[in-house]
Amino acid sequence: MAQEPVTPLSSLLQDRRERIAAAWLETAAGELRGRITRSELEREQTDVLDTLVAGLAAGGLALTDPAFEGLRGLLGSVSTTRARQGFSPRETAISVFALKEGLYAILSDGDATLAPADLLTLLRLVDDLGLFTFETFASARESIIAEQAEQLLELSTPVVKLWEGVVAVPLVGTLDSARTQVVMEKLLQTLVDTGSEHAIIDITGVPAVDTQVAQHLLKTVVAARLMGAECTISGIRPQIAQTIVALGIEFGDIRTKATLADALVAALRTGKGRRAETSALTVA
Amino acid sequence: MSGPQVGEPEAVPIAVDADVVRVRQAVRALAQTARLSLVDQTKFVTAASELARNTLVYGGGGEAVLTLVSDARRTGVRVRFSDDGPGIADLDLAMTDGYTSGNGLGLGLSGARRLVETFTIDTAPGAGTRIEITSWSR
Amino acid sequence: MESVPILKIGTTLLVSIQVDLQDHTALQLQEDLADRITSTGARGVLIDISGLEIVDSFIGRMLASIASISRVLDATTVVVGMRPAVAITMVELGLSLGGVRTALDVEKGLRLLDVGEDDAEHLLLDPDGTEAE
Repeated sequence: MAQEPVTPLSSLLQDRRERIAAAWLETAAGELRGRITRSELEREQTDVLDTLVAGLAAGGLALTDPAFEGLRGLLGSVSTTRARQGFSPRETAISVFALKEGLYAILSDGDATLAPADLLTLLRLVDDLGLFTFETFASARESIIAEQAEQLLELSTPVVKLWEGVVAVPLVGTLDSARTQVVMEKLLQTLVDTGSEHAIIDITGVPAVDTQVAQHLLKTVVAARLMGAECTISGIRPQIAQTIVALGIEFGDIRTKATLADALVAALRTGKGRRAETSALTVA
Repeated sequence: MSGPQVGEPEAVPIAVDADVVRVRQAVRALAQTARLSLVDQTKFVTAASELARNTLVYGGGGEAVLTLVSDARRTGVRVRFSDDGPGIADLDLAMTDGYTSGNGLGLGLSGARRLVETFTIDTAPGAGTRIEITSWSR
Repeated sequence: MESVPILKIGTTLLVSIQVDLQDHTALQLQEDLADRITSTGARGVLIDISGLEIVDSFIGRMLASIASISRVLDATTVVVGMRPAVAITMVELGLSLGGVRTALDVEKGLRLLDVGEDDAEHLLLDPDGTEAE
């Protein structure tokens, strides 16, 4: 086997590895009791130490050095897993910061061959590792939240087929711009997928709309017409009607009906292939 | 991790009709790589098509430079159109909405602006035109 | 130079745009259609844009022009298959197809054109209006 390259820092760690690893494991296991098994933690720490030593041996000094690419990758995936498994920020960060206990241990051993400057470098490096772990944990959490928000959006905008050729979206609750856009896209896609020529957007369950939402609804109707379908908005409350007028939004020749039932009847009356208006439109 | 990271820029010359299509295809590919939603992709590519045509027809030819961009959270696509043409004399007029009837008058700049997240334009009579558009993944 | 094929189904001309159209190809299509409508006496033009990933102002104008030209030549145009993302973008762009009728797909588009034709047939076969519509 070829001689592995070493640097002062890598040998510092490697020569005192057992002592450092033991102290690290004790501290971390104490903090994470019950959240992760000791043997799993030990295995994780072994991987990290291996990769850390390798990085140091390749001449790495700061975490941003190319020599530590493997270490960054490893820590990144560990903290992402922790985030997905619902570990707390402290639990995730402490498992890395606890490595310092290992370094404190060899310091208190009073080893005369230990260069203080080297130890300081290592301590600072571990601080960086901890911060990096925390950063990746935080951004992993943010993406999970974003994913969940998207799923929630999907679930809360069901498009239903009311009849042959008629689909409807009963909207409930407060509409925001993002949700309305999702609805719009989903509704239009469903028209294509089901070959339906009539869409009904029912807003009986919507307490209020603002300009943006009203514009989105309008755009949905116009887009549906461009595609060759007709879109009716039903269930407009008096307050919403007043808001629309007050906001100066032109509802023009947008079809509206008081109830979803009325809209369904109107759609069925119009029938297949014969729409009341052509799709000639100009949009302000 | 701060500030946007920029990828390798890709330049597409715009000299003939076929180049407008080439720009469309290159922009579409990059927008897909940047994980833009289908609707955002469509909007962005449509804007790019308009601006590429402008570069050819009004700018007398030029180029489009495409770059993949990213910040801490998301990736995006940036396209910069430039030409050494006559430049736009009355920018305010050019940016007003003249497209409601789709009659082909006006440069369609205001329309293109609505389709992208950021839109910057730098132009002056006799000094050519440079337009940069960017859109991001959600 | 690539050109878009025009098929004839009865008195309807069917155009299916499958590729990214260059501007000059679009103009050529306009010309070719005008010629074919005249030479075949077609009463309907069906343009299938389900293969188009974008419709920009130029293509939009082309579609509107084809409809206008057809109308002058006494034919009806129907555009079918517009993708949702394209429709949303066109609305955002403020682009209209200026009076062009649209349908979700070729089948529905042909039905739209047939409705017009039925009326004509009835008139020819029953000029006195003795048969019920």
